[in-house]
Amino acid sequence: MAGLAVTSLSLSHFRSHRSARVAADTRPVAIFGPNGSGKTNLLEALSLLSPGRGLRRATAVEMARLPESIGWKIAATVAGPHGPHEIATWSEGGAARQVAIDDKAATQVALGRILQVLWLVPAMDRLWTEGAEGRRRFLDRMVMSFEPSHAEAVLTYEKAMRERNRLLKDQRRDPAWYAALEAQMARAGAQIQSGRERSLARIARAQEGAGTATFPAADLALSDPEGRPAPEDAGALAEALAAGRRRDLAAGRTLTGPHRADLEATFAAKGIPARACSTGEQKALLLSLVLSNARALAEDTGASPILLLDEVAAHLDADRRRALHAEILALGAQAWMTGTGAELFADLGPRARRLQVSDSAGTSVVTTLDE
Amino acid sequence: MTQGSPEIERLIELMARLPGLGPRSARRAVLQLIRKRGALLVPLAEAMQAVAATAQECVNCGNIGTDSLCGICGNAARATGELCIVEDVADLWAMERAHVFKGRYHVLGGTLSALDSVGPEELRIPRLVERIREESISEVILALNATIDGLTTAHYIAEQIEPLGIRVTSLAQGVPIGGELDYLDEGTITAALRARRAL
Ligand SMILES: Nc1ncnc2c1ncn2[C@@H]1O[C@H](COP(=O)(O)OP(=O)(O)OP(=O)(O)O)[C@@H](O)[C@H]1O
Ligand SMILES: [Mg+2]
Ligand SMILES: [Zn+2]
Repeated sequence: MAGLAVTSLSLSHFRSHRSARVAADTRPVAIFGPNGSGKTNLLEALSLLSPGRGLRRATAVEMARLPESIGWKIAATVAGPHGPHEIATWSEGGAARQVAIDDKAATQVALGRILQVLWLVPAMDRLWTEGAEGRRRFLDRMVMSFEPSHAEAVLTYEKAMRERNRLLKDQRRDPAWYAALEAQMARAGAQIQSGRERSLARIARAQEGAGTATFPAADLALSDPEGRPAPEDAGALAEALAAGRRRDLAAGRTLTGPHRADLEATFAAKGIPARACSTGEQKALLLSLVLSNARALAEDTGASPILLLDEVAAHLDADRRRALHAEILALGAQAWMTGTGAELFADLGPRARRLQVSDSAGTSVVTTLDE
Repeated sequence: MTQGSPEIERLIELMARLPGLGPRSARRAVLQLIRKRGALLVPLAEAMQAVAATAQECVNCGNIGTDSLCGICGNAARATGELCIVEDVADLWAMERAHVFKGRYHVLGGTLSALDSVGPEELRIPRLVERIREESISEVILALNATIDGLTTAHYIAEQIEPLGIRVTSLAQGVPIGGELDYLDEGTITAALRARRAL
C-alpha cells in the first residue's frame, strides 16, 4: 500500500541541529547514535509537520537552538496519495510557529489535511498511570488523525471554556453572558464527544482479530470522573452547563463537559485495566493502539500515516522487535525509529534506510549510511 | 539614510507605524510627498490638522466623524428602522463602501471577552437597548465577525434584545471563519446582507 512519506527534511537551528538535511524514500528509517546526539530532536521536528506543539509539547522558544537562539525552521517535502507538498514551519523572535504549505501561509489545522503523524515516545510510558489529561490528549490526537476538524472543535471549546472560567473566577453573574459561551461550548463539545466515540469504534474495528502476544488488543471506553452519562447532544450539554453554574461558581471552574472525560483501557485478553498491567504490558498496549490507529488510517485514506517511534525497539526482545518491524513493513508505513545501536535494526537490512546521528562539539551531525 | 535631517527621519518613522506601511515604503512615501510639496504634502498636512482638531466619536452610534453626531445619525432618511451592529468603525466603513445598507449602525468597539476584561458595559450594549426604543428599531442585523468572541457577542446581544420582540438577523456567512468584514469585497458584503437570516 502506498503510504505517506517525508522524502526530504531540512532543519535549521532547531534544538541541537544547526543545519541538517535528510533525504528519504517510502522505506522505514532507522536512526541510531549515542545518548544526547540528537535523535529525538529529529523526531520532534517531524512531529511539527502535524498540528500542535509536537511530541515534547514544547514552546517555540524552547526549540530554538542555543546559544544563538535566533529562531528555527523546518522544511519538508511530503509525498502521498494527493501528490507532493512542500511544508515549512518556523518561528522567529519567540513568536508562535508559522506554517506554509506549498509556499502559501496556512493554519496548523491545515497540516492535518495533508498528512497524519502518529508517535510513541518514552514519556508516554506512564500514560495509563498518570493523570487523565495525558490520556485525553492521546485520545484527541487519535481523533484528529481521522477527523482533522476535531482540532477546530477542541480549540473552540477550550477558548470558550477559558472565557467561562474567567467569569466564574470573577464571580460574575450575568446569565446571558454565560448562556452565550455555553452555547458555543455545547456545539463544539458535542462535536468533540461524537468524534471521540466514532474514533473509538473505528479503533475497535481495526483491532478485531488482530490481537497477538506482541500487540495485545485493548478495549477502550470513555468515562466521566463522576460517573455521569455523557450528554446526548449539544442541547443536553448546554442544559448541563447551565444547571452546573452554581456549583461551578463555587469551584471557580467548569466541572461538566468533555474536558473532564477520561479514556479507560482494558487488556482485552486478561480483562485487566491498563493501569494494573505490567510496565511491559502497558507499553505493548500503547504500541498496539498506535498500530491499530495506523492500520485504520491506511484502510480509510489509502495511505498509512507517518510513525515516529522513539526508543521503542530498545524495550522489546528480539522476537517482538522482529514482529514490530514486520508489522510496519506490512503497513507500508514510513516509520522513523530511534535506538542507541544499529544492531536494533539489523533484521530490517536493506528494507530500511539508516541514519547515524552523532554529536560534534554541541552540534548534531546526521549521516546517511547507505542509500 | 537622510543623513542629518531629524525632521524627515521623524516623519518617516511616524509613517512607518501606519498599517500597511513598513520602514522602506514609508521612506518612499515621504520622498514622494516632498517631491510633490504643493500638490500633496501641504494639502495633506492641512487635512491632517483639520481632522486632528475635529475628529470625534458619534455620541449616538460610535462612528467616527467630525461632529458630535455623525452624518448617518444626523440623516433622517437613514431612520429606516434597521440597525446594523458592527464590532469596529472599520467594519461600518466597509459596509458603507458596499452601498447596500440604508439604515443606521451601532459600533460596539470590540467583542465580549472576559479574559480581556471587556464586558457589556464596555461595548455600549446598554446604550444599544435604549436606542432600539428611542429610534423605534424594527430589525437588528448582527454583522459581527465569525470568531469565537464575535459569536459569543452576537449570542449575548440577541439574548438582550429578545424581550423587546423585534426581528434579530445575522449576516449570512459566506464569510470564512474569523474573516473580518473590513477585508471583504463589496460584492460579498452585499450578498451576505441580502441573504441575512433570523437568529
Ligand atoms: N534548544 C536547544 N539548543 C541546543 N541544544 C539542545 C536544545 N534542546 C535540547 N538540546 C540538546 O540536544 C541534545 C540531543 O537531544 P536528543 O533528545 O535529541 O538526544 P537523543 O539522541 O534522543 O538522546 P537519547 O538517546 O538520550 O534519547 C541534548 O544534548 C540536548 O541537551
Ligand atoms: Mg532520545
Ligand atoms: Zn452616529
